[in-house]
Amino acid sequence: MSASFEQEIQEYQLESTLDSVDLADQNALDLARKFGFGEDDQNSISMAVRECMVNAVAHGNKYNARKKVYLKLEAMPGTLAVTIGDEGDGFKDTDVPDPLAQENLLKQSGRGLLLMRAFMDECEHAARVPQGTLVRMVKRLGEV
Amino acid sequence: MSVTMTNRQVGDVTVIDAAGRITLGEGSSAFRDTIKDLVTKGDKKVLLNLSEVSYIDSSGIGELVSGFTTVSNAGGRLKLLGLTKRVQDLLQITKLYTVFEVFDDEAAGLASFS
Repeated sequence: MSASFEQEIQEYQLESTLDSVDLADQNALDLARKFGFGEDDQNSISMAVRECMVNAVAHGNKYNARKKVYLKLEAMPGTLAVTIGDEGDGFKDTDVPDPLAQENLLKQSGRGLLLMRAFMDECEHAARVPQGTLVRMVKRLGEV
Repeated sequence: MSVTMTNRQVGDVTVIDAAGRITLGEGSSAFRDTIKDLVTKGDKKVLLNLSEVSYIDSSGIGELVSGFTTVSNAGGRLKLLGLTKRVQDLLQITKLYTVFEVFDDEAAGLASFS
């Protein structure tokens, strides 16, 4: 962990458990508060971090105790970036049915990525070397 | 805190007062079990009061949809009451406001079943 007046970076290796979802959420919220994000932004960050962590723990690592979840939080004035990586099989956008399509509205799952994109200003994912998925999300102060 | 579900009967409508968080794990399974029990008993008019639900994640949304489908398939209707701003936003983002009937007022929600 490194900190200065203008920037703070935290990195974690987390277990593939739902407790890790809570831990990531809490640490992201603490950092968001420290850097001046208001309640609405905090709610958005919380939602996106939880969705991304659940994807990593449940869908990526499939709760495998030998697989870890990587979490990096980077804060600077006006910006919070969250990077979450898993050690799963990876996925492509085309693997995920459009949850807003009429025929998918009543499906039970498949909305996590939609919510992450809706609640953050940036959300990108890429294959992780040697295995898994890396998601980077950014929230800026004062943007929707 | 997970979710607590309390049922009460108002005429022939079952009102479920939910409180807490409906998220992956205990919260979503508690909701699923409650709906299954109602359908098994033959309750077909269900008004789900979410005014005390502080947080729903995508798994919780999935359970709402599943509950809606379960009740509908049994010939009944599940409607929502008292959405917080956060839950309203979620229904907007996911377009589920086109699926659920939503009421701010319990009396109006109850009357809609008759």
